[in-house]
Amino acid sequence: METTERYKLNKELAQMLKGGVIMDVTTPEQAKIAEAAGACAVMALERIPADIRAAGGVSRMSDPQMIKGIQNAVSIPVMAKCRIGHFAEAQILQAIEIDYIDESEVLSPADDVYHIDKRQFKVPFVCGAKDLGEALRRINEGASMIRTKGEPGTGDIVQAVRHMRKMNSQIAEIVSMRTDELYEAAKKLEVPYDLVQYVHENHRLPVVNFAAGGVATPADAALMMQLGAEGVFVGSGIFKSGDPAKRAAAIVQATTNYNDADLVAKLSEGLGEAMVGINEQEIAILMAERGK
Amino acid sequence: MQVGVLAVQGAFAEHEHVLSELGVPCVELRNAGDLDKPYDALILPGGESTVQGKLLRDSDMFDTIKSQIEGGMPVLATCAGLILLAQHIEDDDTVHLGTLPVTVKRNAYGRQLGSFHTVSDIKGIGEVPMTFIRAPYVAEASPEVDVMATVDDKIVAVKYGKQFALSFHPELDSDYRIHKAFIESI
Repeated sequence: METTERYKLNKELAQMLKGGVIMDVTTPEQAKIAEAAGACAVMALERIPADIRAAGGVSRMSDPQMIKGIQNAVSIPVMAKCRIGHFAEAQILQAIEIDYIDESEVLSPADDVYHIDKRQFKVPFVCGAKDLGEALRRINEGASMIRTKGEPGTGDIVQAVRHMRKMNSQIAEIVSMRTDELYEAAKKLEVPYDLVQYVHENHRLPVVNFAAGGVATPADAALMMQLGAEGVFVGSGIFKSGDPAKRAAAIVQATTNYNDADLVAKLSEGLGEAMVGINEQEIAILMAERGK
Repeated sequence: MQVGVLAVQGAFAEHEHVLSELGVPCVELRNAGDLDKPYDALILPGGESTVQGKLLRDSDMFDTIKSQIEGGMPVLATCAGLILLAQHIEDDDTVHLGTLPVTVKRNAYGRQLGSFHTVSDIKGIGEVPMTFIRAPYVAEASPEVDVMATVDDKIVAVKYGKQFALSFHPELDSDYRIHKAFIESI
């Protein structure tokens, strides 16, 4: 795709977040705890995914006043979610100068066919992806950062792992192809040829790729980083646990030192109760199936 | 010669890429154990200064790196790195390494919508691309600090002894002259 200067700057902000942990927060107080614990950004939302799941019903963009309260509380970047396809919610988030918009399957989708035309926006977007095709479609629409679509609010890492492995194996497959095979690959993935060509030449996505969904422990963060994630989103895992500040700081350190098992072992000691969690088989709504 | 790149969070891989293009070996500094490896200069990359400052302390690297810089080890600091070096941060009591006698203003250009790219002159090198991402600038510099570049009358690059600190990100552009000048000064 054509690389405008704004799009480049937006991809570069994601590069600055690498190796970091982005934490879901619902109040300015939580945002301050997250910042002090070493979060590289916060996601401002009214209800964390575990509560959205428990409450049921339609879940929408958060109150702009609540988001502004969090913007004023911290100096790190502030992200917020809008519904898939809800470009008017995205316009509102851009109007309050959010640093990153997450067009998120965690909220109820507003459009079951079209995603937001993210190229029309100046603020950057992060989108979820279960596989390479989904990632490249979102990038083609203008996303400047990708994350796995692990099942939010469950504390179950299995889906994030599945998505990351799938992405890696599909990238490896593209890399191993002869160049004359890339056209057919683009057709099968339902994505533009030039993005497939980029992956073939650079052995990676054109944007930063984080892990998201189900990260609840330092070990979860280390697992995702070793699988190739460039950073981690932690949603319900922190503020649904017994000692949020301690757990948050431990996950931050584990994300940096993901290859140091001795340190991750120490970090995992005495963190209090982890979020209870729900197994994949026990949940009624698979949010990852929203928006493909 | 080997360069130590602080690799606790942020865009350290981009600096490592530039170094490898220039044929300079580097070592990643993630925790105290890494400081035993030999290196002759330091790079403090972009990222979030609050995170990097915390991890420097939590991983027991803070005192060693501070004394290395005070002892004259050359350091190239970009964006968050500049904030780590600054003696004062405007409207904030936090001081990280505090080896560079300047006052920096964090997020000086506002939120992400204020991020920008420009081409401007830097002393001794000439016109270079400059990418500012939620960048700081130097609000005040002590007289003994060399101002190396300004953009719109704001100080965006300074030199003080062997400390070379920038508001912007030379590691994001394919012009390697700033890294080259830094390497040559070691």
